Amino acid sequence: MTTVVLAAAELLFLAILAPAVVGYVRWLKARLQSRRGADLFQPYREFRKTFAKGMVIADTASWLFHLAPYVVVASTVAAAVLVPVFSASQAGDQFGDLFALMALLILGTMFLALGGLDPGTAFGGMGSSREMTVAALTEPTLAIAVLALALTAGSSSLGVITGTLLTTPANAIGPGHALAFAAFLIAMLAETGRLPVDNPATHLELTMIHEAMILEYSGPYLALLEWAAALKLTLLLTLAANLFVPWGMATSVGAAALAFGLVVVVAKIAVLATLLALLETRVAKLRLFRVPELLAVSFTLALLAATSSFFTR
Amino acid sequence: MIGTALASAMAAFAAGAVFALAWPSGAGARRLSLASAFAGCVAALVLGVDMLDSGISWTWQSQAVLQPLGGVSLRVDPLGAFFVAIVALTGAPASLYALGYLRELDGRLRGRAVHALFNVFLAGMCLVPLADNAATFLFAWEVMALSSYLLVVSDPEQEGAAAAGLWYAVMTHAGFLALLAAFVMLAQNGPLEFPAMRAAAGTLTPAAQSTSVLLTLAAFGSKAGLVPLHVWLPRAHPAAPSHVSALMSGAMVKLGVYGTIRVLFDLMPPLSPWWGGAVLALGVVTALTGVLYSVAETHIKRVLAYSTVENIGLIFVGLGFALLMRAYDSGVLAAMGLVVALLHTLNHAVFKSLLFLAAGAVVHGARASSLEALGGLIKRMPHTAALCLIGVLALAAVPPLNGFTSEWLTFQLLLAGARYTAPSLAIMLPLALAAVALVAGLAAVSAVRFFGIAFLALPRTDGARDAHEAPLTMRAAMAMPALACVVLGLVPTLAVTQLTAVVSDLGLPMGQLDTGLALSLPLIGSRLWPIAIAALMAAAAIAAVLGTRAARGRQVRIDAAWNCGRIAQSPRSEYTAAAFAEPLKRVFTGFYRPTHEVTVEVHPVSPYFVRAITLRADLAPWMEQAIYAPVVRAAQRLSAQASRLHTGSIHLYLALLPAALLVLLLLGRWIR
Repeated sequence: MTTVVLAAAELLFLAILAPAVVGYVRWLKARLQSRRGADLFQPYREFRKTFAKGMVIADTASWLFHLAPYVVVASTVAAAVLVPVFSASQAGDQFGDLFALMALLILGTMFLALGGLDPGTAFGGMGSSREMTVAALTEPTLAIAVLALALTAGSSSLGVITGTLLTTPANAIGPGHALAFAAFLIAMLAETGRLPVDNPATHLELTMIHEAMILEYSGPYLALLEWAAALKLTLLLTLAANLFVPWGMATSVGAAALAFGLVVVVAKIAVLATLLALLETRVAKLRLFRVPELLAVSFTLALLAATSSFFTR
Repeated sequence: MIGTALASAMAAFAAGAVFALAWPSGAGARRLSLASAFAGCVAALVLGVDMLDSGISWTWQSQAVLQPLGGVSLRVDPLGAFFVAIVALTGAPASLYALGYLRELDGRLRGRAVHALFNVFLAGMCLVPLADNAATFLFAWEVMALSSYLLVVSDPEQEGAAAAGLWYAVMTHAGFLALLAAFVMLAQNGPLEFPAMRAAAGTLTPAAQSTSVLLTLAAFGSKAGLVPLHVWLPRAHPAAPSHVSALMSGAMVKLGVYGTIRVLFDLMPPLSPWWGGAVLALGVVTALTGVLYSVAETHIKRVLAYSTVENIGLIFVGLGFALLMRAYDSGVLAAMGLVVALLHTLNHAVFKSLLFLAAGAVVHGARASSLEALGGLIKRMPHTAALCLIGVLALAAVPPLNGFTSEWLTFQLLLAGARYTAPSLAIMLPLALAAVALVAGLAAVSAVRFFGIAFLALPRTDGARDAHEAPLTMRAAMAMPALACVVLGLVPTLAVTQLTAVVSDLGLPMGQLDTGLALSLPLIGSRLWPIAIAALMAAAAIAAVLGTRAARGRQVRIDAAWNCGRIAQSPRSEYTAAAFAEPLKRVFTGFYRPTHEVTVEVHPVSPYFVRAITLRADLAPWMEQAIYAPVVRAAQRLSAQASRLHTGSIHLYLALLPAALLVLLLLGRWIR
């Protein structure tokens, strides 16, 4: 029972934190670019505003256009349930593992792409095509990074991976761990549509990917999609933090341990988000056809990680 | 029970063939013959399920027919029963579908022929997994091959049907020859009964063993569609009527998988690890080739045919893994590999037959078969679209549908293999895993492209604009595999528990299994509970819907889409199938080797006034041409040489007859 309550609390935590993470990255980027920037509660205000607005639906859209936002939300939430956040007791392991998480994210991506194609505009199709391409090319990297982690932990369940690392910290010193971390971070940039793969700040440009797909959405649908994108970013940051640096997670169910775990995970997410903002300020967007090269780097790192974990197990 | 079920299935198929040819009215012939086919499939399904449940094998022998070759010998074991069940599961919806699909052919002889051949085809496919000697096997195999060949060429109005039939006939008969040779080698002058071959297989010399494995792979690989023997699939599937395509992709190519398992796992002793690695690599290459072409093709049935090639590749990854682990003596891992391969065989049979039936409904309703000519069908054919969406999601291997469970197990399999075996596999299995992940990602692209271009956006042609929804029988037929996709996806243990019986019958026990709703296999440290994931998603979606409903007190306005300031939206501005695949074509340009040819027509006054620009982009599969073009040329040269004998002189022909007889007699004496 406590595990179920914990899992629900973790999900709620991620769901509420998600817009703040986006707000923080935007604020920090603005500061780094010598702008004042909106504070980190701005996404909440935007959510409230968009959610309360009326909708304009394209006259060419079909029922799929209405279905897509819900599926995107549902798959992202289901993926978030699998992620360990502040407690090492992991109810999500009963549902699925890292491969299931990857597949759930792909499900969300597919429906985003279908929703983008449905109104029949040029932008929507363009975004869908690019998003699917990037998603497909990211898959092998993620799979190999998962393999590297799972080989040392003996399972691809997220709770087991973090748990093994907590009990045997020596595993974290191996080269495999660091390489897999690097590979995972690069793949994550592609998965969440950040620079240098996609520019989340752009709107109505020929280079956009995610924004192009959701161009026809407005009102509550747009709010849901934006929130799902924020949740996806947050859950992947949490995943990166806890899979590779799980220390600080609560191993018992005491209030003190859980509070400590909560603080630590917020700190870890903040560190990763800061790195993300720094990176997004430093690098320019890659041409779409250069993205495979970036992913190839990530793939090589992951493969090295997987092979090196054969020698350390 | 099994005997009765088999007899009634065969009787139903025979009756179906007779009805089709002999019933006075065309409509009656169609109804009765397809009803018989349906009944036959139900009986075959009863046979399969009963066998898998009871586990008692059943044999039957007769010397009445095929006597000089060893008579007819049938045996129902769990492996065979499983494949009979697959044939029945795809055959039943296909029969129902044809009821509405082929109504136009009622007045014509062709309709009767198609229905009769359909029954014969089903009977042949049901018999192949039950054969217990080479003669019965080859006979059933040939019945299946010939009837499907005739079905492929059955529509003379179909462009390229004859050429497709030729490719198919050549590949299938080359496969037949290889199969014959493989059986003869395995029997080693002994009787051509499977039990005898099983007993003798241990005494094969290494060279003979390697040759027979190669011949087996060639024979069954040509049926299953292993690269580079897959060339007939993308040709034959578009030419055949859609319910036949569904059967060919859902069931017939699976019998190639069946044959491979029967020979390599049942008849032959454990092979050297080298073979396992080779089959695994072959599976990876097949899967990648298939999925890459399925992403780029524009003919809807060819997209699906290439996707079948991809899935056969994934099945052979499982088989290769099992062979490898059998060689390393890891019985449990080998059993898992086989279970995963068989589960994917079932899953693919279900969702691919659904997709081919949906493709048939699209061609039937919109009178177009190229993705570029479709679009917007979701509004004209909402039910077909919804059913097809289930199929493409299963194809893309996303939860909670059945494609995902076998994909997940494949990942777990390679992970377990990498964890528990020799370091010599340290590179191979991770690479295989990466390839499978890439295949899964590209399959998602292909699925989105297939559904998105055909069903969404605006119709691109008049045919798509005036499309009509499929008749009720066709929709009901599509609903059957769609339901199976969902059920197998939510409760995979339904099939997995049966499959453990199949593999333990092959001498690869798997140990105790969880029989609950969650999927977890021995040696795998993680669980998958698809029905719970589905429930989670449903809960989240319902919450989102309720939240949106509560917030949406304000108006919903239906208005034109944003088109960068253009006033009228036309289908010319929407993304095409070719455009959708363009980024991937660029990324994998070394694989595709596309050809582009741009011609610019300018005004004579100045080159700056362009009158027209034409672009020809072609994506001919160059590997096929590299391999098959020399063969075709050699065959043509040979036949040109042979045709010089055809002088028209009857004296020469008469002289040749005794000469041929003499040569044959000498040959017979020499062999003896």
